[in-house]
Amino acid sequence: MKHKWNNRLPMFVMIGPAFLWMAIFVLAPLCYVVGISFLSKDSSGGVMFPLTLASYFSLWNESFLTIFSRSLLLSLQTTIICLAVGYPFAYVIANAPKKHRGLLLLLIMLPFWINSVIRIYGWNTLLRQEGVINSVLMSIGIISSPLEMLYTDGAVLLGMVYELLPFTILPLYASIEKLDRSLLEAASDLGATKPHIFTRVIFPLTMPGIFAGSIQTFIPSLGLFYISEMMGGGSTMYIGNLIKNQFLSARNWPLGAALSLLLILITLVLMKLYTKVGSLEDMA
Amino acid sequence: MDTKKLQKSEKAGFAPLSMLYACLVYLFLYLPIAVVIAFSFNTSKTNIIFEGFTFEWYAKMFDNRQLMESFQNTLIVAGVSTVFSLVLGTLCAVGLYKFEFKLKSLVSNSLYIPIAIPEIVFGIAMLVFFSSVHISTGMFTLIVSHITFSMPFVAITVRSRVAGFDRSIEEAAKDLGANEFRTFMRVTLPMIMPGVISGGMLALTMSLDDVVISFFTAGPDSTTLPLKILGMVKKGVSPDVNALSTLMILGTAVIMVISQIAQNRLEQRQGGNNSES
Repeated sequence: MKHKWNNRLPMFVMIGPAFLWMAIFVLAPLCYVVGISFLSKDSSGGVMFPLTLASYFSLWNESFLTIFSRSLLLSLQTTIICLAVGYPFAYVIANAPKKHRGLLLLLIMLPFWINSVIRIYGWNTLLRQEGVINSVLMSIGIISSPLEMLYTDGAVLLGMVYELLPFTILPLYASIEKLDRSLLEAASDLGATKPHIFTRVIFPLTMPGIFAGSIQTFIPSLGLFYISEMMGGGSTMYIGNLIKNQFLSARNWPLGAALSLLLILITLVLMKLYTKVGSLEDMA
Repeated sequence: MDTKKLQKSEKAGFAPLSMLYACLVYLFLYLPIAVVIAFSFNTSKTNIIFEGFTFEWYAKMFDNRQLMESFQNTLIVAGVSTVFSLVLGTLCAVGLYKFEFKLKSLVSNSLYIPIAIPEIVFGIAMLVFFSSVHISTGMFTLIVSHITFSMPFVAITVRSRVAGFDRSIEEAAKDLGANEFRTFMRVTLPMIMPGVISGGMLALTMSLDDVVISFFTAGPDSTTLPLKILGMVKKGVSPDVNALSTLMILGTAVIMVISQIAQNRLEQRQGGNNSES
């Protein structure tokens, strides 16, 4: 018995603290959020019994549905633009000379690791009414009065694309780089034209990368509430702002918890879809 | 011969265009960063027009007490959370590699939860949890939340490095009389050091980069620099913020380069091991 304990001790010392940490600070809080979503709010902004599904039912109302569809649309637009910009870029990088590729990738990663509030603040400086772009355009006489760029829906979209582009590029790069060049040569030898090679060979073979890139762009885009605040002025609500408000200003925790679970559900469905498509690809 | 020539000329014609495109994307990525840096050297008090070059703001930022406090908080949180998540994450990774036990899949799957769930939900879950156990938000909750989201990344990074190493060296150390602790400190740890370093760098950058989770777990007296900037942007930001942001940008770049070097070393080392065996 003592011998067994001695063997087990190092294991508990090594894994125990980390697991305990995750149990207390991840599993317990998440369970708590699930629990709160079935309660109702009391007058002081806290939560109270009895158990109810009211928060979930209240999600089904017109103003929330507008916010959901607006958020999903923004995320979809963000994903499509990121793919359209990122695909050719990833293709160029993947075909660059091998010795330069590491540096080119590092240059993509670097902005991604610099705090995003600082970077979005840079966009703020550029786009403002009296900002860099407007003053440059006015001084060279292209426009006579400043363009309204900041605090528009377009600015929010720009901020989202900017923030998430590296998330799209990296999986795209990984799948394009793996592409077997001899297949392209074979297609070309058999007389396929360049557009043909792209639509019939390159595009289908890099589909897993396109899919991974889309998921990795779409999921985080749903929660980035501060970008719509910095670039959109906070006047247009998205699902992230809605959740945030339930916990900080509106103080309706059960509703906020139900919204959070909805967000987790969307994420899980997308990830399930992703692994399913992934396993199909493996089988093919 | 003809087709070869044709291909070559096609390639030559294609290359400048694709280069141009790549440069445009890089320009898009770096433009706002360049603007933040440029305006930290601007003599004008507002971030509108570049008037002249000065280092003034780098001296002035030290007088802005709130700003310096938030910067100090950022550094403390990043430092402390990195140390804790390194210790917890590394031990966990090595433990998961070494031992077989019943709940192993539960432990290793729980590491992926903070990575998989949306950040905003994670932040809220922590906020709600802390308030339910009557811990008010502040430096403590901020540090705890940063440890929680960076530790899994450390564990996973280290674990992927541990997977490749030669167990017989550890066994040799034990045969020669070293106990478990000594073996870990003298044999295991040095072997996985590059992995630990890149895990640590990852934890450090993630902590410096975080906005969403800190937004919920920081208290009114414990804001970080990014949260401070977030709060200031609408009202207008003075150039001393640009100066401090420039330092953050430089710091991040340095961390990235160090971690890249550590990774290259590891790859070289692993390459060497493979060729020996």
